[in-house]
Order: sequence, then structure tokens, then C-alpha cells
Amino acid sequence: MGMTMTQKILAAHAGLEKVVAGQLIEANLDLVLANDITGPVAIHEVEKLKKKTVFDKDKIALVPDHFTPNKDIKSAEHCKCVRNYAKEHDITNYFEIGEMGIEHALLPEKGLIVAGETCIGADSHTCTYGALGAFSTGVGSTDMGAGMITGKAWFKVPSAIKIVLTGKPQKWVSGKDVILHIIGMIGVDGALYKSMEFVGEGIQNLTMDDRFTIANMAIEAGAKNGIFPVDELTIAYMKEHSTKEYTVYEADEDAEYDQVINIELGELEPTVAFPHLPENTKTVKESGEVKIDQVVIGSCTNGRIGDLRMAAKVLEGRHVAKGMRAIVFPATQKIYLQAIEEGLIQTFIKAGAIVSTPTCGPCLGGHMGILAAGERAVSTTNRNFVGRMGHVDSEVYLASPAVAAASAVTGKISEPSELGL
Amino acid sequence: MRAHGTVHKYGDNVDTDVIIPARYLNSSDPKELAKSCMEDIDPEFTKRVKQGDIIVANKNFGCGSSREHAPIAIKAAGISCVIAETFARIFYRNAINIGLPIIECVEAAKGIDAGDEVEIDFDSGKIYNKTKGTEFQGQAFPEFMQKIIKAEGLINYINEQ
Repeated sequence: MGMTMTQKILAAHAGLEKVVAGQLIEANLDLVLANDITGPVAIHEVEKLKKKTVFDKDKIALVPDHFTPNKDIKSAEHCKCVRNYAKEHDITNYFEIGEMGIEHALLPEKGLIVAGETCIGADSHTCTYGALGAFSTGVGSTDMGAGMITGKAWFKVPSAIKIVLTGKPQKWVSGKDVILHIIGMIGVDGALYKSMEFVGEGIQNLTMDDRFTIANMAIEAGAKNGIFPVDELTIAYMKEHSTKEYTVYEADEDAEYDQVINIELGELEPTVAFPHLPENTKTVKESGEVKIDQVVIGSCTNGRIGDLRMAAKVLEGRHVAKGMRAIVFPATQKIYLQAIEEGLIQTFIKAGAIVSTPTCGPCLGGHMGILAAGERAVSTTNRNFVGRMGHVDSEVYLASPAVAAASAVTGKISEPSELGL
Repeated sequence: MRAHGTVHKYGDNVDTDVIIPARYLNSSDPKELAKSCMEDIDPEFTKRVKQGDIIVANKNFGCGSSREHAPIAIKAAGISCVIAETFARIFYRNAINIGLPIIECVEAAKGIDAGDEVEIDFDSGKIYNKTKGTEFQGQAFPEFMQKIIKAEGLINYINEQ
């Protein structure tokens, strides 16, 4: 019996020739990540350890991105804790605002993670880097802290679901629609404890930004990780962003999968996840008339340049509906600057949207766009749980940047075709 | 090791945003977090909960974010064990790593109601519903996870190595 792509990466990092699903292993880590919310808890824990020194100051990333720029005094104290730790331990990859971005857009952009590597991050969306053909997964603060000191983590080797993508997505259908559609099919625990391994010729029709979005939301199906094979596009991305050596792993032909799901990309339509779970999906056409108060475009899921271009294409020469609050937040400083240079920011502001510095703020109801009771938002973020973006009686509808932008113009859930696009 | 307490019962997909909403994540103090535990799903929880009480839920308990603040808040609120049909994987790791006992058991999750008095024997994995006079066999932890729980968390376990 062969191994899946994930199992091969894990076996190599555990120094084993072969692993099987269910086996408990200890794997070496290539990157360990925390942010301003999970970092202080991890730092507090590692202070109790006898060993104080970090395993490798170049293989740790500390990114204050959630409640930054510091939203209140308590958050400022958390950021200070992370900053001081980074200084004390001479952590190479600590990113202050000004050079930062939302962690899961920032780390690939900075070339800190490449194909064949292992990464744990104290943030559930750490699974994003599977788009590059790496094994990466979210953990809690204690795991992260232990990893920061020992350079190792324990894993139960996951079994996998194979997702075969064929065909080419229609205009205005993007990675977000693909992953929402899959979560709608299998549910928020459909891939619990498992890998989601994406394969198939359709992948060549997905941009790297699409793949980051898809891998990012693997956790919303309960998965341990989502992973893509390495192709020419992946290699071009890594060469552009990183000097690290990458390793290409491929699943064995006789690898065992718990389930195989076939998706014809050409059949997918713009999709929305209704409150209060990402599995409550409908196509925009099935959504009926849902009036909204706010649109959020950005986050680790959909704040990359391709996402902003798509939103700008819809908003170009149009204006957001009267009374609509549209908030755009580019995921990193580099993306922000690129969006300025391409004229996208001008398009957003002319359309009546506001543009924020990179932050996770609105996605988790932290700051920069909290919802009041009874309010509804269409958001390109990743979760629509009860109270996720504010009051417990508010509602979040998850969608792609194209759908979010079209909805901002009409004031209700809409797709670009309704605007004649 | 045993736990004994009154049950607080929840349904499917209890996410970490309702266990401890992000608006409270500007603190990492367990006592502070405990004050807002379960607030968005059960506003009366913190008034009702007593030391040693038990949470029982259906599938995918603790889904969503990786915030360790979620099991920390539950533990600091006085909960001695969480029983669920299944747990989201990051919550599962986090609970073990901070020394909050959790047990997967489909039958117990179905056969225990809010307010029932329940006793758990962690060594055998047996769950006793004293109110209804029923008994369930929970999934036992692999040996090394038992060691982490006995050491009251991963950090102590690493120090003991």
C-alpha cells in the first residue's frame, strides 16, 4: 500500500521510510508560527520549560496581525509581549506593522515556506501553505511553544480524501467558490482529522491565489491539512518569492483514500455560505433576496492581489449602494502597494469603499468593521459562526471577492452577471 | 483519576467563537476568560456552572479557530471533562496539551441529558450516568497521551522527559 502526498512529507520529516494512517509520529519542523493572540499564551507556556532557547531563530515566525495596529491597551500589551520575546531570542522573522501582513499571505510572500516542508502555526488557517505542496497545519499555543523550543511536533498520521478537479472555472468563479462548494458537499466535519489532497488536470486552471484560498479553508471542513501537487505555477511562485530549496513529493499511485470526490470546475457557480456554518452553501442564484449592510473584502482567505483585481473589476465605474459599508483590506503591505500601483485602490475609493491597512480585525470581530445586532455582511473571510463578526444576532454570508463586490453595488447578495458583467 | 459533576449539554459544531468570543481574546488570563465562557451560545452558563461539572456535546465540538483560550476558559470555569461524539482536531490537541480531560463517545453523547449527574473513570474510560443508571465505554487515550494528561499538560510532560 502506497502513501499519500501528506504521508510522504510526514514520513520524511520523522526519519521513517513509511508511515500509515493512524500512526503516531514525531516530526521535525521547518517553520513554527504564532501571532499576537496565540503568541503570548505560547510564550507564557515556554517560560515554564527548563530549556529556554529556541530550536532555530530562523525557523520561527512571529506576526502580530490580529488586533494590530494595536486596537486597545490589552492588545498592545500582547503585541509588546511578542515583540519583546522576538527581540530577546533574536527571532529573524518578526514582522512589525509597516513590514507585516496577514500571516498566511505574508509567509509565502516572504518565501518562508516552500514545497515539501512541514509547518505548524498557532492559527487554524496555517493549512494555507498546502497550496505550495507543503504540510502545514494549525495547532494551539502550547504545541506551538513546544515546537518553538524543540523543533518537533507529534502527529497522528492522517488518512485522506482525494479531490479530483477537472475542467476550467467559468468567468467570476474562483477558488472561494470551489472550496465553499466542497464544504457544502462534505460538511464542516466532512474531513475531520484527514488530509484533503487536491489532484487533477483542473488544477492548472487555478491561479496560486485560488489555491491559497482553497487550502486556507480546508480547516472549515475539519481537515488537518489541504495540499496541492507542485506544478510549473508553484515552482514559478517559489522561485519568485524564495531562495529556499524545495522538495517535490507526489502521492503513490496505490495510495489509499477514504473517499474520492470529483469536481468539474466548469459546472460550479458563484456560491455563498449562509449563516451560521460554512457548510450552508447555496449558489447566488438560489439565494433569493438577502439585503445586506456591510461588505468585507480581504483576509488570509481572499486578500491577495488576484482577489483585489477581481473586486476592482466589478467596482470599476460603479458605486456601492446607498447606506452600504464596504471595507477592503489588502492582506500584506506588498499587496497594498501593488494595488495602489495598479490603480485598484483608486477604484475602491471612487466606488465608495474604504481601504484598511492589513489586519485580521474584521474577520474575527476584533476591530475595523464590527456588526451590530440584526446586521448582515457579505464577507470574503472564512467563518460565519454565531457572533463571528460582532453581535450574536448579526449574520455573515461567505463569498468570493467578485460576489462581495457585486453585492456591495446592489445592496443584496448578487453576482457580477446581475451588473451586466 | 475520576470526574464527577452535573452535565451542561450542547448540540453539533460548538465552535471556538461561541466558547470564547474573539472580543475577549485581548486577555490570556484563565480567570478572565472563564467569565465569558460559552457566552454567545449559553449566556447563563457562567452563573450555572459549578466546580467539577461536565460538558456533553454532539459532533465536532470545538471547531473553528486554534485559540487555546477555548479549552483554557472551559477548564478555568470549573469543567472537569468534556464528552462529545467527536472533537475538532485542534481543540482535541489543545485540551490534552493543557490537561483538560476529553472523551469521545457517541453513545454517551446521545444518552446523557442536561442536568444529569455523571461520573467518569479516566483509567478505564467508563462513563456512568448516575441519574439514569446507565453506563458507557469511552475511547481510551493512547499511552503517551495519558502520560501528557497525567503530567497535567504537554509542558510538564516535556520537562519530565
